[in-house]
Amino acid sequence: MSEAETVRLAVRKTYKLYIGGAFPRSESGRSYVVTSSGGDFLANASRASRKDARDAVSAARKAFPGWWGATPYNRGQILYRVAEMLEGRRAQFVAELADAGVRKARDAGRVVDAAVDRLVWYAGWSDKIAAVAGSTNPVAGPYFNVSSPEPTGVVAVVAPDDPLLGLVSVIAPVIVTGNTCVVVASERAPLPSITLAEVLATSDLPGGVVNVLTGSVAEIAPWLAAHMDVNAVDLTGVADGDLAVACEEAAAENLKRVLRPSASAGTDWFADPGTRRLTAFLETKTVWHPNGV
Amino acid sequence: MTTSLADVASSNVALRNFLHGLPGVDRVGADQRAAMLGTRSIKTTAKAWAVDLAIRMVDLTTLEGADTPGKVRAMCAKAVRPDPSDPSVPKVAAVCVYPDLVAQAVGALGGSGVKVASVATAFPSGRSSLDVKVAETAFAVSAGADEIDMVIDRGAFLSGDYLKVFEEIAAVKAACGEAHLKVILETGELATYDNVRRASWLAMLAGGDFVKTSTGKVQPAATLPVTLVMLEAVRDFLSATGRKVGVKPAGGIRTTKDAIKMLVLVNETVGEGWLDPDWFRLGASSVLNDLLMQRQKLATGRYAGPDYFTLD
Repeated sequence: MSEAETVRLAVRKTYKLYIGGAFPRSESGRSYVVTSSGGDFLANASRASRKDARDAVSAARKAFPGWWGATPYNRGQILYRVAEMLEGRRAQFVAELADAGVRKARDAGRVVDAAVDRLVWYAGWSDKIAAVAGSTNPVAGPYFNVSSPEPTGVVAVVAPDDPLLGLVSVIAPVIVTGNTCVVVASERAPLPSITLAEVLATSDLPGGVVNVLTGSVAEIAPWLAAHMDVNAVDLTGVADGDLAVACEEAAAENLKRVLRPSASAGTDWFADPGTRRLTAFLETKTVWHPNGV
Repeated sequence: MTTSLADVASSNVALRNFLHGLPGVDRVGADQRAAMLGTRSIKTTAKAWAVDLAIRMVDLTTLEGADTPGKVRAMCAKAVRPDPSDPSVPKVAAVCVYPDLVAQAVGALGGSGVKVASVATAFPSGRSSLDVKVAETAFAVSAGADEIDMVIDRGAFLSGDYLKVFEEIAAVKAACGEAHLKVILETGELATYDNVRRASWLAMLAGGDFVKTSTGKVQPAATLPVTLVMLEAVRDFLSATGRKVGVKPAGGIRTTKDAIKMLVLVNETVGEGWLDPDWFRLGASSVLNDLLMQRQKLATGRYAGPDYFTLD
């Protein structure tokens, strides 16, 4: 009897996609095996198809007017809330990062702390970026001339292989300015990205602002790069040079903004990110207003 | 059943006995069959064919209080050339407007082959006197409408006054003259599939050329099972009387997938004879953009975006 009390069935998490605020399985019904850095089985992750990518773009497009329409202050608050939720799940992320190959618990803890701090840092930018990226322009005429930054729209992000800090560092700057995004998570270590999606889903972030796909980058990225309803692509996580070039060419069809950091640099995600990723997905709107009429 | 078709409308009692003598609809069965047919996979060349057929079947509709002559003209331009960048896209079947805007639509479409349909008879509620309904129909026809979409008096139908509904349809049909008459059952207000089947028969007996599900103002509108029940009624009516009647689901059809499911339903229920804009229509406006986007996806191999198509 006492033996029966000690034996308990393991309750394992099903890793699904995150689209439009819900956690659906892949439309294709496919999954793939995710292993630890040592080669041990960790879980089956959903393998998203191009149709999942299309659905994610629709969800992101639907969420865009509401998210852009929210005040920058409100967006900052929500990002800060994401940081709070991430902090609360610290132990879970430390364990998942250890599985994904971050060797020591101390190192994994440092990564989670940096990710939380990164979110807080970007949250602070929400109501300040307009002051940095916008301006009042001196013009030769009786006009009051103002330039202000506006979000580009739906951004397709291929996340780097750094499963938490890199992921947060590419998502936060995109959404804090009012864009919505479709993220293709690290193919090798996708599990923390779905756990991060659980954090996002419980942080007052409207459904569809961030959509997370797991699966083959080579399979999904070209469809996103060619999609006419995507306004920008971030190719940070595309390791294959030929694929990156193909994506850039496809993106040219509807003049998407493309962010493709040079692969040779080998990004140090702990470093101060600067405002580059914030301004990469902003459009400048300039208004001429008659003065003294 | 066949013996008395000629004089079923001789009295309300006879009509009632006939309509209530129709076999009941198996609700679960209809839902299940519609759901099963909805899972058919239509891909590549078959899909391209279905998309073009669906575009040819669209009744491009604007029925808002805020409709302006300008909006109607813009819609007519879209009806003739749905995708300005691609002349291979076929024309839609018709545009559907309120009676006072028929003249505008006729002027904008003149000679293009796209028909002008007009709602009439106190659309969408149908709550007015017979004289007003007939006069409105005559007004729309004289303005040049090729097709009239009338609504039935659901209040009379639900209270069992079938003869009143029958006579109204017959009177409006007479006022239509050459114009085709589509009879809107407003299935969302009829409560049961049995009522949908009875109303379909009633509309066909009274002379309707088309039976149409809904006004688009009431939810639920054109669901698959309701369309299935109406298609079955049309099929049975053809075998009973030899007269072929068209079907038009309207409202709630927003995606290409919805439209293709409808086409599968038609093919499996009444056959290829109805896979033609003369016999099957899709009353919608937003579905056209989705059809065009799917068409572009098939042609270019990349997903299309709504930014590249007109809004209405």
